[in-house]
Amino acid sequence: MAYPILSVSIWLPILAGVIVLLLGDDRRACFTRWLALAGGLMAFLVTLPLYTQFNYADTGFQFQELSNWIPAFNIFYHLGVDGFAVPLILLTSLTTVIVIIAAWEVIEKNIAQYMACFLIMSGLMIGVFSALDAILYYVFWEAMLIPMFLVIGMWGGPNRVYATIKFFLYTLLGSLLMLVAFIYLFHQTGSFAISDFYQVPLDLNAQKLIFLAFFAAFAVKIPMWPVHTWLPDAHVEAPTGGSVVLAAIMLKLGGYSFLRFAMPIAPDGAHALGGMMITLSLIAIVYIALVALVQKDMKKLIAYSSISHMGFVTLGFFIFNPLGLEGGMVQMISHGFISAAMFLCVGVLYDRVHSREISAYGGVVNTMPIFAAFAVLFAMANSGLPATSGFVGEFMVILGSLQLNFWYAFLAATTLIFGAAYTLWMVKRVFFGGIANHHVAELKDLNKREFLILSVLALLVIGFGIYPKPITDMTHATALQFLQHMATPKLLPQAGF
Amino acid sequence: MISMSLLVWIPLLPLLAAAVVGLFGCKLPRAAAHVLTIAGVGAAFALSALVFSKTLAGAVYNQNLYTWLTAGDMQFHVGFLVDNLTSMMMVVVTFVSLMVHIYTIGYMEEDPGYSRFFSYISLFTFSMLMLVMSNNFVQLFFGWEAVGLVSYLLIGFWYTRPTAIYANLKAFLVNRVGDFGFLLGIGMVLYYFGSLDYATVFQAAPAQAATQVSLFPGVSWSLMTVTCLLLFVGAMGKSAQVPLHVWLPDSMEGPTPISALIHAATMVTAGIFMVARMSPLYELSTTALSTVMVIGAITALFMGFLGIIQNDIKRVVAYSTLSQLGYMTVALGASAYSVAIFHLMTHAFFKALLFLGAGAVIMGMHHDQDIRHMGNLKKYMPVTWFTSLIGSLALIGTPFFAGFYSKDSIIEAAKLSEIPGSGFAYFAVLAGVFVTAFYSFRMYFLVFHGKEKWREMKHDDAHHDDGHHHGLGAHDDPHEPGWVVKLPLLLLAIPSFVIGYIAIEPMLFGHFFQGVISVNSGEHAAMTEIAHHYAHELQTPAAMALHGFLSLPFFLAAGGVALAWFFYTRRPDIPAALQTRFAAIHRVLENKYGFDAFNERFFAGGARCLGSQLWQIGDVKLIDGAIVNGTANSIGRLAQLVRKLQTGRIYNYAFAMIIGVFILLTFFRFIH
Repeated sequence: MAYPILSVSIWLPILAGVIVLLLGDDRRACFTRWLALAGGLMAFLVTLPLYTQFNYADTGFQFQELSNWIPAFNIFYHLGVDGFAVPLILLTSLTTVIVIIAAWEVIEKNIAQYMACFLIMSGLMIGVFSALDAILYYVFWEAMLIPMFLVIGMWGGPNRVYATIKFFLYTLLGSLLMLVAFIYLFHQTGSFAISDFYQVPLDLNAQKLIFLAFFAAFAVKIPMWPVHTWLPDAHVEAPTGGSVVLAAIMLKLGGYSFLRFAMPIAPDGAHALGGMMITLSLIAIVYIALVALVQKDMKKLIAYSSISHMGFVTLGFFIFNPLGLEGGMVQMISHGFISAAMFLCVGVLYDRVHSREISAYGGVVNTMPIFAAFAVLFAMANSGLPATSGFVGEFMVILGSLQLNFWYAFLAATTLIFGAAYTLWMVKRVFFGGIANHHVAELKDLNKREFLILSVLALLVIGFGIYPKPITDMTHATALQFLQHMATPKLLPQAGF
Repeated sequence: MISMSLLVWIPLLPLLAAAVVGLFGCKLPRAAAHVLTIAGVGAAFALSALVFSKTLAGAVYNQNLYTWLTAGDMQFHVGFLVDNLTSMMMVVVTFVSLMVHIYTIGYMEEDPGYSRFFSYISLFTFSMLMLVMSNNFVQLFFGWEAVGLVSYLLIGFWYTRPTAIYANLKAFLVNRVGDFGFLLGIGMVLYYFGSLDYATVFQAAPAQAATQVSLFPGVSWSLMTVTCLLLFVGAMGKSAQVPLHVWLPDSMEGPTPISALIHAATMVTAGIFMVARMSPLYELSTTALSTVMVIGAITALFMGFLGIIQNDIKRVVAYSTLSQLGYMTVALGASAYSVAIFHLMTHAFFKALLFLGAGAVIMGMHHDQDIRHMGNLKKYMPVTWFTSLIGSLALIGTPFFAGFYSKDSIIEAAKLSEIPGSGFAYFAVLAGVFVTAFYSFRMYFLVFHGKEKWREMKHDDAHHDDGHHHGLGAHDDPHEPGWVVKLPLLLLAIPSFVIGYIAIEPMLFGHFFQGVISVNSGEHAAMTEIAHHYAHELQTPAAMALHGFLSLPFFLAAGGVALAWFFYTRRPDIPAALQTRFAAIHRVLENKYGFDAFNERFFAGGARCLGSQLWQIGDVKLIDGAIVNGTANSIGRLAQLVRKLQTGRIYNYAFAMIIGVFILLTFFRFIH
C-alpha cells in the first residue's frame, strides 16, 4: 500500500471540488467542466485499489488509518473498510463521474459550484462509508447534507424551497437522535470507536432505545415507510444529477448504517424489533408499489419505485440469514445503477421537452429509437428481469425471507407483478404508441455523451445480472462474520438506562 | 461424448447473431440481418442434431458452466443438463426457429424493423435454449423470464399500434402473475432441499414426500403439493392455462412468424416442459396432479369453444393453441409426461405450420385477416392450401398424421387415469376433439373453398386505420408468396405428417425417457396401461392408426369436419341463424367468458384505485398533511399564540403581574 487509500479517496474529490470552485467560472465553462471531470476521474481511479487489493478472507476492517483528532474525548481520525463498505465506495466514486458527465452542457449557470458540490459530496459520502469513529462518521454524515441542500436549492425546480426544507429537517431530526445514542455509548465505553461500541454489553431496553435512535436517523435516509415522504418531493425538485446521487448513493447510506451501527451495536434490540422492521419493509414494498402505479410525474414514479426497492434492502437485513443479508447488499449496488440510469433517462427527456409529466409524452421511440432501447432495458432491470442486476437482489431476498416465513416472501414477491406494472406502464405511455405531440416529433436521439453514460450503466446492469458473484465474493466474509456477531447476545442484565 | 465446449455454442451462436444484428443492424446491409441470424440458428440446429444423436446413443451430460452466485453456503450455477428430453426440445426449438427465420425473409420483407425483428427472434432462440438446457431452477427461471421479455418485445413489435402495446403489457403482466407463483415455488424448493440443482432436488424429493408445511396456523398441507402447485402457477402463465390464458389471444398482435415460433411452437410449451422435467416432484402429489389435470381439461374444452366464433384467422389458430396446450396439461395430470412431451413435439410442427400457413394467407390477402373475406384460395395458393390441409388434418387427429398419435394417447391416458378429476378430463378431451375438428375445418373451408368473398365486399371494409392492413380489391387475385415462405411450409409439413408414426414407439413405449421422466406407476398407472395395451393389441404404429379409424375420437373428428363442411360450404345460413337464435351464448363466447372485463375492472382498476387511495389519503393527507406539515403548522400556531402574549403594552404586563402575585399568594396561603 503506497498511499493512504481511504484518506486520498475522501480528500482528493473534496480538494478537487475546492479547486474547481476556485478556478472554475461560467465564462470558462469548457475548462471548468474538463477540470471537474479530471477531478472526478482521478477520484474514481484512486478508489480502485480498494477493489484490487481487497483481502476477501479478512473479516475485519482493512486499509485502516488511525490518528489522533480530539484526544480530550478520545475521538480519533479512524478510517477502515470491510466487505460492506468497499462496493458502496466504488459505487460512489463511479456515480460522481457519471453525474459530472451527465451535467456537461445541461448545467449552464454556476457550473463550477455545481460540479464542486458533487465532488465534495462524493468525498464526504466516502467518508461516511469508511469512518470507524462515531464522531468522524457523524461529521461526514451531517456535512454531506449541505452540498445536497445546495444542489436542490440552487439548481432545483420551482417548488425547491419546500423540498429542501423538508429534506433537511426530516434528515436532521433523525440525525440528532443518533447523536444522542452516540453520546450515551460514549458514556458506556469511554470512547467513540465503533469497535468499542460493538463490544460493550447493554441490557435489552437500552439496546432497544439505541436501536430506535439509530432507526430514526437511518430509516429517514433509506427511506422507510412512513418517513419516506421527503424523497418524492426532493427528487421532483432536484436537478438530474441531484436525483442520481440521492437515489444511487444517499439512500444506501441509510442501509449501510444499519449494518454499521444499529444492528451490531444493539443486536438483541435489532432482533427484538426485527418484526417491526420486516413489517415496515413489506409495507414499503407493497404499499409504495401501489402508490407508484398511479403517479403522473415520471420522477415521482421512480422515487416511489426507489422506496419500494429499498424495502428489499431492509427486509433482507432483518431476516438474519446470509441470503437476505447479501441479497440486501446486492440490491443496494444494483439499485445504485438502475435508479441512476432511470433518473438519467428522465433527465434526457426533461432536457429536451422540459416536462416530467408522463402525459406530455407518447411514442418517443419513433424519434429516439436508441434512447428507447436503453429505457426499455433499464425499465426491465427495474422490474427485476433475470440477467439484469435488478433481479439478483430481489431473488435472494425473496428466497431468503421464505426461509423465515412463507408470507413474507409472498408479499415481497408481489413486486414481480407491481414492479413490472408501474415501470412498464410508464414505458408504454412514454415510449410506445404514435407520436403524441410536436415536442415528441422534434426530439433528437441521444448525443454521444448521453450514449456513453447510459452504455456504461447498461453494461454494469447486465454484467452484474449475468455474473453477480464479484459483489457477493466481496461481502461474503464480512456477512458471515456479521451474522455470527448478530447471533451472539451482548446483553448486560444489571445495567440500567 | 458431449462436451461443454460443444454445448455452450448452441445457445451462444444465436445470441451472438442477435447481438451483432441488434446493435449494428442499422449500419449493416439489410441482407446481413438474415444471413447472420440464419447462420447462427442454423449452426445451433446442426449442433443440436449432433447432440441429439449422442443422447439417443445414451449419453447424458450434466455440468455447471460457472458459479453465478454464492450466498452463505448456498451456490447457484449456470449449467447444462442434456438428456433425451433436452436434446429433443433443442432440436424442435432450433428447427422451428430456423424455419421461422427463413420465412421471415419473405414475411417482413417490407418492414422497416427488418433487422430488429431478426435480432429479437435470434435472442428468443437463445433464451429458449437456455431454458430447456438448464440443469437448475435459477437458470430455468432466467430462460423463463427471458422468453417472456422477447415475447413482450415482439408482441409490441409494431409499437405504434395501440392494440399491440396494450397486448404486450398485458402479456408481460399476466406472465408475471405466473412467475410470482413460480418464484415462490422455487423458494420452497430451496428452503426444503437446500439446493436448486435438479439432480440434488430430484434425488432428495422422495424423502420429503411426507413433509407437511403449515402456511396458515392450524392447517397443514403436504410440502410437495404446495411446491408443485406454486410451480404450476408459473406453468399456467407461460403455457396459458385458464385463468392465466388471457394474454395469448391478444398476443396475436405480433407479426405472424413469432406467433408461430413463440406463441404456438415453443415458448408457450415451456410450462409443459417444466412440469415434465419436474416429474419426480409432481409424482409425489396426487392432489397437484389432479389440479393440473382439471385446469388442463377446462382449458382444452372451453378455449376450443372460443375458436368456433373467431373470424380473425390468427385468433382461430391461437384458440386452437390454447386448447391443445390444455390437452398437454391433461396428459401431465394423468402422469403421462412422455405423452405430453410427445404432443408438444407434434404440435410444435403442425401448429407452426398452421400459423405460417395463416401468415401466407395473410400475405396473399394483403394483410386482411378476416376469414369471412376469404374463400377459394386453394386456386391461387396451392402450396399454402396443401400444407395447411396437412396441418389441419394433423391437428384434428386424423389417423396416420402426427397429431393422431399424440392426441389419441392423451385421450387414452385421461380415460385410464384414476385420479380425481380424470372423468371430467376424459369428457373434456373427447368433446374437444369434435370442437377442434369443427373450428379447424370451419376456417379451412372458409379460407380455401367456397366463393371468393373479397370480390363481393365493399372495398372500404377491409381498410384499417394503420398502414399494415390493406386487403384485396375486388379485381385483385391473391398470390402465393415466394420460396422463402413456401420452403418452410413444405419442410414443416413433412414432420407434421410423419413424426408421430416414427416417434411414438421410442418416445412412449421405448426407453427414450428412461431416467428422465419418472412415474410412480403404482399410484398413477395410466401410462403403464397404455403401454400394456399397445404391446399386446396394437404392436405397430400402423395398426394403431388403423384401429384409430374405428374409435370414438375419429368419429367425433369426422363429425366435426362434416358439420363444418355442411355449415360453411352448403348452408351458410344455418350458422348465421344459430348465432341469432342463441344470441346469449354467442355473447358469452364473444366476451370470452368475461375474463378480460373482470381482470380489467377488478385487478387493473382495483390496483389503480387502491394506489390512488393510498397515495392521496395515506401519503398526502395522513403522513404529509397531518404529521409532517402538521407538525410544522402546529409549531407555527403555537408561536402565533405565544406571540400574542407579547403585546408590548405596559398595562397588559402589569395586569399579568398582579394576577401572578395573586395566584402565588393564594397558592402559599391555602396549599401550604
